[in-house]
Order: sequence, then structure tokens, then C-alpha cells
Amino acid sequence: MSANHEDHHHAPDGHGRALRLGIGGPVGSGKTALVAALCRSLGPSLRLGVVTNDIYTTEDADFLRRAGVIDADRILAVQTGCCPHTAIRDDIAANIDAVETLEERFGPLDLVIVESGGDNLTATFSRGLADRQIFVLDVSGGDKVPRKGGPGVTAADLLVVNKTDLAPMVGADLTVMSRDAAKVRDGKPVLFTSIREDKGAHSVAEWVVGIVDTWQHQHAHTV
Amino acid sequence: METLRSDPPLTLRQTGPGVVHLVSTAAGPLGGDHLDLTIDVAPLTSLSVFSVASTLALPGRSLLTVTARVGSGASLHYSPEPIVLADGCDLRVQVRLELAPDASVFWREELVFGRHGEPSGRCHTRLDATVGGVPLLRQELVIGDPATHDSPAVFGTAHCAGSTLLTGDLPRERHLADGCAVLPLAGPGTLVSALAPDTVELRRRLEWGERLADKTLP
Amino acid sequence: MHGDMAMLLLADSRLPAGGHAHSGGAEEAVRVGAITGPEDLARFLRGRLATAGVVTAALAAAACEVGSNPQPGRWQRLDAEADARISSPAQREASRTQGRLLVRTTRRIWPSESLETLAQAVPDGAHHPVALGAAAAAAGCEPRQAALAAAYTSVTAPATAAVRLLGLDPVLVHRLLADLAPALNDAAHEACVIQADDWSDLPAHAAPALDLLAEQHLRTEVRLFVS
Ligand SMILES: Nc1nc2c(ncn2[C@@H]2O[C@H](COP(=O)(O)OP(=O)(O)OP(=O)(O)O)[C@@H](O)[C@H]2O)c(=O)[nH]1
Ligand SMILES: [Mg+2]
Repeated sequence: MSANHEDHHHAPDGHGRALRLGIGGPVGSGKTALVAALCRSLGPSLRLGVVTNDIYTTEDADFLRRAGVIDADRILAVQTGCCPHTAIRDDIAANIDAVETLEERFGPLDLVIVESGGDNLTATFSRGLADRQIFVLDVSGGDKVPRKGGPGVTAADLLVVNKTDLAPMVGADLTVMSRDAAKVRDGKPVLFTSIREDKGAHSVAEWVVGIVDTWQHQHAHTV
Repeated sequence: METLRSDPPLTLRQTGPGVVHLVSTAAGPLGGDHLDLTIDVAPLTSLSVFSVASTLALPGRSLLTVTARVGSGASLHYSPEPIVLADGCDLRVQVRLELAPDASVFWREELVFGRHGEPSGRCHTRLDATVGGVPLLRQELVIGDPATHDSPAVFGTAHCAGSTLLTGDLPRERHLADGCAVLPLAGPGTLVSALAPDTVELRRRLEWGERLADKTLP
Repeated sequence: MHGDMAMLLLADSRLPAGGHAHSGGAEEAVRVGAITGPEDLARFLRGRLATAGVVTAALAAAACEVGSNPQPGRWQRLDAEADARISSPAQREASRTQGRLLVRTTRRIWPSESLETLAQAVPDGAHHPVALGAAAAAAGCEPRQAALAAAYTSVTAPATAAVRLLGLDPVLVHRLLADLAPALNDAAHEACVIQADDWSDLPAHAAPALDLLAEQHLRTEVRLFVS
């Protein structure tokens, strides 16, 4: 029996398994909108799968299916027993199961996106589940949020500040947000988006293409 | 019918071609008795077993064992009237069904938790059904145990419980209504399971489920 | 033997094997008003322990036994015995899902012949108690410890769910769990009475209300828990 039994699924054609990208952030910040936008932008060029973790029902999954941005079968919903952060951080078994189910059914895949249920600023993905993660804030939460930090804001590979179209309405100062975020993030990237205006979230999509390329390059020949 | 043999207190009466009724004690009061019923349905034949009235389990220990073997291509219909568990009874029921892979069975059991206005006596039933030697359904029910009798996990507020096991060529569909579920089993069979406040409602719920489980039923 | 420590790990709700998302019927019972407070919950837990808990414990003990001499045929036969004891398809699915996740998690914690042979013999996911027993064997537990862990988790899952869903006082709910200690011991004892390779006589206590709740839960639009 191998003591080093890693539970990673390896695509049959020999290149490594899909990159697993976590998308987290507070309730209503635009996580599902971002997933939909990425599916729109990346769907034509990348083989995708999506896992949603809802607090309630399968609303996110249903929204994505209705939006028609990705084949409905490629979206799986995971129930989180009232604790969305538990399912992405402390007990990731159901999410891993869903990711591997997608890879088995539709693999090889290039990218599996895991959307967390809306939670607080401390909820981040376990490294056992997500290879990279995006944290989505929105401007309507106030421009003080990046300053507050928290693991989501400080540690995510990419911080997205969404709903910039609302900034004038809520009196949020984007330069302040940008400056504070840069301070707590140690140079890691921050992107400002208005998915309402840019339905493909192109700046984020470009970043994702970059990490998928790097991932595939690094993992092309490993087993 | 090949053989029909019974000793008091159990009496069997043939009431039609392939139809038997349990009469007398078996279909009347049950107190301190040990009843044994063995049913063999030969390949390609059919048998129906009914009872003339409900069975009343009286105070004291009683044991009822039923063994039925149903051969290839044979069919058995078993639907006696309910067993009523009078306060103070202590009844043990053991049923073994040994079915050939293509046997078709309709096996209904109904239990009433006490006569009107009295608490239920105790009862422990066990049903073991195998098809070609492979387990299809193993199910025990314990009624009247003070630790569990009013548990929302077990019988809830019901006063009666019943189930019907059906095998044969059946659709594998799930159905659900108030107090009744049609449950396709992992093996080749379906269990209709019902809880109800009274016997009339119990029968209505079971019949609803039975007709969905086997669409050829009248 | 490190059985005690392993039993604690296996029974801990923090074991990362997906258990936190199962309520054992409690979510639906809360929704339909069958559990409204501590009294109902106490009766629910007692009934669940006497039925699903006892059966689960017995299957886990038998699986732990098999795990000490694992063969594909034995796993398949025991898994079929579990199948015959769960008449609700919703509960069978939930049990297999939990079993699959448990094997996935525990084979990395305790790499062993027990779990590898089980994963191969029942590739779509063994029933949860079978997986739990196999993991217990892999971790060095005795059948009795496997039975205890199984019986224990059969009541802690719904208790935790009720705390979350009804906002019950968690201390009071833990008191209810503590009150179940004698029943839990009995369940584990009963589970280990029969330890031959003939599993036909293992306990098979059914809970018709749990079956109805499980089927209804799948049809309920707003669900926080898998089961
Ligand atoms: N004005 C504006 N609204 C947006 C933008 N992006 C998303 N929304 C809206 O914000 C609301 C919430 O968006 P979702 O994508 O559902 O947010 P979420 O983070 O997935 O929410 P949960 O999953 O419930 O935590 C929806 O009504 C979106 O239409 C944006 O850029 N601008
Ligand atoms: Mg969402």
C-alpha cells in the first residue's frame, strides 16, 4: 500500500489535473456574477467545470444554469449544512468529491471554479481544495473594507473589487480602496470591475488565463 | 392446492382456487400462543392468503412465525387484516420470505398500536426477505418501547404502521404523499411504507402506494 | 494499539469527511414541525439511536471485523446487508455519499489494505457504516470501538443540526447527548453480540418516520443539509 496516496485526479491524456480556482467573498458581492462572466469569456477556449456552495438551496447553480453560460451538467451544487466556510476550509470532502466527479465525467478539464457561499471576511479556501483563489468585495460595503484586511482580503491570489458603477452612489473612494488594498496585500494584484458593465469581466478573465497557462506548464509532465 | 394442513389454534380454509383464509384463532385473539405458518408456493402457481378479521394480540407473550417460499414464476399475495396490539401484549412476529428471482410477491403487514383509547402493548417484528439467497429487505419494528414509542424519528404521532413489500416486474419509481412513501429497494423489489392515525387511513395510504408500485393492481 | 485515539478521531465531527453537512433527518423534522425544541429533539435522538444508530453500529462492528481480513467478496456481501436494511432510496444515497467521502478521507490518514480493498470492491461508495468500520480497522480499532463511533455520530449529527437550525442552547443539547450514554453503550454492546460471517441476523431496526422525512427532504426546495 502506498503511504503517499495523494487523492489527486490525473487526466488520462497525461497532462495534470485541472486548476482549481476558488472564488470567495461576502454575501452579494458578485461571486456568481463573476463565475458567469468567466464562463462567458473563457468558455470558448477552456474546458470548464463549476462547483457552487450555497447557503440556501441550489440558487447559485440554478442561476448559472439559467444564464446558459455553461452546459448545465458541468455545474454541481454542494450543500454546506449552514456553514459555508466549513465546506471550503475545514471539511472540504464534499467539494473535492464534486470537483473529481466533474473531472471524471467531463475530463480532462482545464479549470474548475469553486464558488463559496457568501460568508465573512475571514472565510478562505483550504489549499487542499483550491490551487488559487479570488476574493470578491464590492464597493457598496464601504471603502473601509480593504483596510480591515482579514485573510480573504490579504491572502487571496487576486482581490476583485466589484460594482465600481455604484461607487458614486455609495460614496466609495476607489483610490482609497486601491491604496489600502495594496498596503495589506504585499503587492499581490487587485482588480476593479463592474460586471454589470463588462459582462465578461475581461480583466479578471485575462488574469485567470495567465494562471491556467502557468499551471499547465508546471504540471504538464508530472504524475 | 397441494396441501393444506393446520392444527388449532391456527385454521386454514380454502375459499377459492388458490385462495386461503386464516380463520379462527389465527384471525382472532392471540394470547400466550406460538403460531407457525409455513407457505410453499410451487413454481408457476399462485396463492392468496387473507384473514377473515383482524388479530387481537392479548396480554402475555405470543410468538408468530411465518415462513414463505415462493418458487420460480410463482406468485404469492398475503394481506391478512391488521394485528391490534392490546395494552399488555408482548408479541414477537418473525417472517421469512425466500423468493426465487422471478417470483412475484405482495406482502402486506399492518399494526395497530392499541385498541381505541388504550396505550399500545409491546411488539417486535422482523421480516427477512431474500431473493435467490441475496438479502432484499431486512426490517425490524419495535412498538410500545417507552424509550422510543413517541419518537418523531420512529412513528411520530401515528397510531398505526404498515408496509407492503412487492416484487416482480415493477417500475422503479419513488412516490410520496402524506404519511406514505413508495420506496424502490436496492434489490428487485419495492416497499410501500405508511404511518397513519387510524386503520382506515392506513389502508387507504397503503393502497395508494401499492397501486403506484405495481400499476397492474386494480 | 491506538484504537482509543483513532475512535476519537473517527467520532469527531471535525473529521474532514463531509459529515457536517448531514443532519440525519433533523432538518426535515424541523421544517415539518416534528422537532421544535429540546423535548422533541431528545425523543428524536433516542428513536434514531434505537433504530438507525443500532443498525449502523452493528454494520460498523462487522465491517471492522472484515477489515482485519479484507476480501472483496466479504465487503460486497456486507454492503448488500446494509442495502437491505435501508429501504429509503434517499437514505441509501446519503449513506453511500458519506461512505465514499469517508473512504476518500481516511485512506489518506490511515493507508491500509482494509480501505483499499473496500474502495475497489465497492467503487461507487460503500455504505457509511461499512466505510466507518473499514476505517476503524485501518486505524487499529476493535469492533466495539467502531460500533461506538458509529452510534455516536448517528446522534451527534442531528443534534448539531438542530442547534444550528433552531438556535437551541448548545449546552442543553450536549446534556441531551450525555443522557444517551447508557443507550449508546447498549447499542455498541448489541452490535458486537453477533460476530460471525453470517450477517443475516444483525439488527435491522427500521424507522418509518425517518424514511418519510428523508424522502420528503429531497423534495424540499430550501435545503441546507444533504440529508
Ligand atoms: N450594480 C452592480 N450590480 C452587480 C454587479 N455585479 C453583480 N451585481 C448584482 O449584485 C447582486 C448579487 O450578485 P451575485 O453575483 O449573486 O453575488 P454573490 O456574491 O454570488 O452572492 P451570494 O452567492 O448570495 O453570496 C445581483 O443582483 C447582481 O446582479 C456590478 O458590477 N454592479
Ligand atoms: Mg452566489
